[in-house]
Amino acid sequence: MRPRLNLTSGRIDPERPSTLLRTLILSWSKDERSRRVTPRRVVSQLPIQLTGCMLAIALLMIVGLMGLILCQGLGTFWPQPLWELTTSDQGRYLGLVHRREPIPADDHAQGARAQRTLYRIGNRDVYETDFVWINDQHILTQSRPTEAVVVERLEWGPWYGFISDVKTPEGTVSGNREQVWAALLRQRPSARQRTRVIRRIERRIIGDLNDEVEQHRLAIRRLELRGRLDTPTEQRQLQRHQHAIKVLEQRYARIADSLGQQRAQDQAYRVVLTSIDGRQKELPISAIVRIHQPNRLSWCGRVAVYADRLREFVFDPPREANTEGGVAPAVFGTVLMTLLMSVAVVPLGVLGALCLHEYAKQGPLVSGVRIAVNNLAGVPSIVFGVFGLGFFCYLIGGTIDRFVFPERLPTPTFGGGSILWASLTLALMTVPVIIVATEEALAAVPNGLREASLACGASKFQTVWRVVLPAAIPGVLTGTILAMARGAGEVAPLMITGVVKLAPTMPLDHLWPFIHLERKFMHLGFHIYDVGYQSTNIEASKAMVYMTTLLLLGIVVCLNVTAMRIRGQWRQRFHSADV
Amino acid sequence: MTDQPRLTTGQTVTIRRPARPPAAAAGEPPETAIAIDALSVWYGKVLAINQVTMSIPERRVTALIGPSGCGKSTLIRCLNRLNDLIEGLRITGRILLHGQEIFDPLLDVIELRKRVGMVFQKSNPFPKSIYDNVAYGLRVNGEQRRVVLDRVVEDSLKRAALWDEVKDRLRTNALRLSGGQQQRLCIARAIAIEPEVLLLDEPCSALDPIATAKIEELLYVLKERYTIVIVTHNMQQAARVSDVTGFLLMGQLVEFDATEKLFTTPRDPRTEAYITGRFG
Ligand SMILES: Nc1ncnc2c1ncn2[C@@H]1O[C@H](COP(=O)(O)OP(=O)(O)O)[C@@H](O)[C@H]1O
Ligand SMILES: [Mg+2]
Repeated sequence: MRPRLNLTSGRIDPERPSTLLRTLILSWSKDERSRRVTPRRVVSQLPIQLTGCMLAIALLMIVGLMGLILCQGLGTFWPQPLWELTTSDQGRYLGLVHRREPIPADDHAQGARAQRTLYRIGNRDVYETDFVWINDQHILTQSRPTEAVVVERLEWGPWYGFISDVKTPEGTVSGNREQVWAALLRQRPSARQRTRVIRRIERRIIGDLNDEVEQHRLAIRRLELRGRLDTPTEQRQLQRHQHAIKVLEQRYARIADSLGQQRAQDQAYRVVLTSIDGRQKELPISAIVRIHQPNRLSWCGRVAVYADRLREFVFDPPREANTEGGVAPAVFGTVLMTLLMSVAVVPLGVLGALCLHEYAKQGPLVSGVRIAVNNLAGVPSIVFGVFGLGFFCYLIGGTIDRFVFPERLPTPTFGGGSILWASLTLALMTVPVIIVATEEALAAVPNGLREASLACGASKFQTVWRVVLPAAIPGVLTGTILAMARGAGEVAPLMITGVVKLAPTMPLDHLWPFIHLERKFMHLGFHIYDVGYQSTNIEASKAMVYMTTLLLLGIVVCLNVTAMRIRGQWRQRFHSADV
Repeated sequence: MTDQPRLTTGQTVTIRRPARPPAAAAGEPPETAIAIDALSVWYGKVLAINQVTMSIPERRVTALIGPSGCGKSTLIRCLNRLNDLIEGLRITGRILLHGQEIFDPLLDVIELRKRVGMVFQKSNPFPKSIYDNVAYGLRVNGEQRRVVLDRVVEDSLKRAALWDEVKDRLRTNALRLSGGQQQRLCIARAIAIEPEVLLLDEPCSALDPIATAKIEELLYVLKERYTIVIVTHNMQQAARVSDVTGFLLMGQLVEFDATEKLFTTPRDPRTEAYITGRFG
């Protein structure tokens, strides 16, 4: 990346095509004269060029990473054409082009430039594999059948094929593919409605019922733990709870009954899918998530499919071991955890820094503490995780369980991993960042302000609280930004303090007390690890990994921009003299 | 230096009637507001104030002059115990504020600082609004009532001759004021809590002549109500504004006398040398 040096004349020729770096430096150097280049100037500019070089490398890496994530992530939801292929070995395939590559070198018979393509052929339940490699030379015919359908299903991933029948209690439509397609589209809204009703019963009504039963059961257990069940009042209480449970169980039976009927009704609406080689699969219409005919989609239709997939990704819970569906619970978990962490770490760090910088008598002890705090930042994050597990989960959580929720034991309430403990663990991990930033900000507060405040008859505390701390807020916010960015992207300590692959409940819901910080949660960072490296269908989940990364980055950027806005406002207050 | 006989000069000073007697105390000799008795201050091993004894008259302007580094700031900051913050500082001797020992361990430093206000060399308004700056002293004292705050802010700004310039923008940030205005704001902030003594440590050294003149005029008015101690290295200023002047040199109070006398017939050759500009 060095500027071109013309050796014969010993001068840099400004007319020569310049590197990106050179353009950068020349356009950025403020001094007009420095654009005239002489050999001596080359030497004197060397340090500047070095800084520019490093900046350019850093920029390139960031842009490259972002570009990779953006391309791989955003492109995946775009509907692609379905290709029908026949190959020389009598195979018939219908699938999407997933990836192309030259055939590995040892396969000399194919010639040097032979290509092969990975097709995604779907129909995992009948083919047992989602993908197939096909050498380009083996392809005999290639076409894009207009009636080919992509059926995204609740289970077994997508189906690529055709629709042969639509069966409803009113009759069966089959034969003409256009008519079948139209009939299926007509059935979709009511199927969706039925799904919604069933899901509501399953999740809300039955879930709430279970919760109520659980509350009564816990109340009985509490009474038992207290020991004396023989007093009349306690007997009465016991009977009241037992009766309540009985009533609830009867209600449960009734609801389960009606749920069964609803399900049976739903099962009666069915669709028969055919693959390109004639295999069939029948499934309820309500098991279809999304359906489209990619080869005849208009541009608008494509955009609609894309938008719907994006919406599902951001706002819906995951399906199929996280490899499909959305990441909403993980988004929620990540944001909540980062906020909880900030709420915990900022006061902790700020108070620590105030103590170190404003109150403690400077000496070897304080220096030692400062060094120790700074070095905490170098402790591997997994160590913090282990500490969090031992200290927060087992020690504090276990103690809370023993004294506050004894009736729930041996099932832990606070005694296991939870979003609260995970946030506190991360808070502990990021506290050095806040302390260092705050201390620096405190050191930058002019002593004159402290003296002015004291001379007005303010106490030390009033001085710190009303004058010093407000002046240091921008620095505190800088620390918060750094801490949030670090905390939001951290995975290792979370894995042992409360993150799970799939959380059945969210830390925030409609059941009292609404915020359940003792629950486990999902996290985008862990989601990336889980989907990318723990799932069986790696090719198919690659897109999810990129999209999840993109989303995590987006969240961090959003949080940071918010913090920067606030910091900007504070800065204005303190530097309005310059404006 | 320590065993020079001159050292005792300060102890025997009698305060003459000031050349311009303030209205409040016309006719009678002023009382002593602050009596400093054999004060010595060390920064670690460095002796910064050496056996200073002086009595600062009530409702007069007392100026402290001397070359820089002679201990003027150290001395003035002893009067409100702002030096307490400095680690390794050691003080011997006594300072009596209206007869009360200010180094008394039982004395509440915060109460003392309310009685002895201070304005600094480098103007240091808080990065708050003009109003909040002036109201700060009252608020930290627990005053919440709007009417009281409003009245005191207006009053203090008027007495600091700043009211007319800022009355329409009390809510703007104090940092937007000019240097001279900022310094007058600091004076307003200091007098808002009605101190008995007002300490000014080179308040005009960073200001232009016009702003300086304004502050000097202000002192002339303020001394009707407050005992003022002003540090300055500008001898014309000391001569203009003060009633009594002390000349400090290397931590010692070389001469302490009525301003007129000190500037016209100094007793000590070093004082004469300094005020005629032959050294320092
Ligand atoms: N915080 C301090 N620590 C150590 N020495 C100090 C400190 N402040 C002032 N001094 C020393 O004390 C002497 C008097 O300083 P100062 O009172 O500020 O002088 P002046 O205000 O007259 O210029 C100087 O020699 C200075 O170096
Ligand atoms: Mg000074």
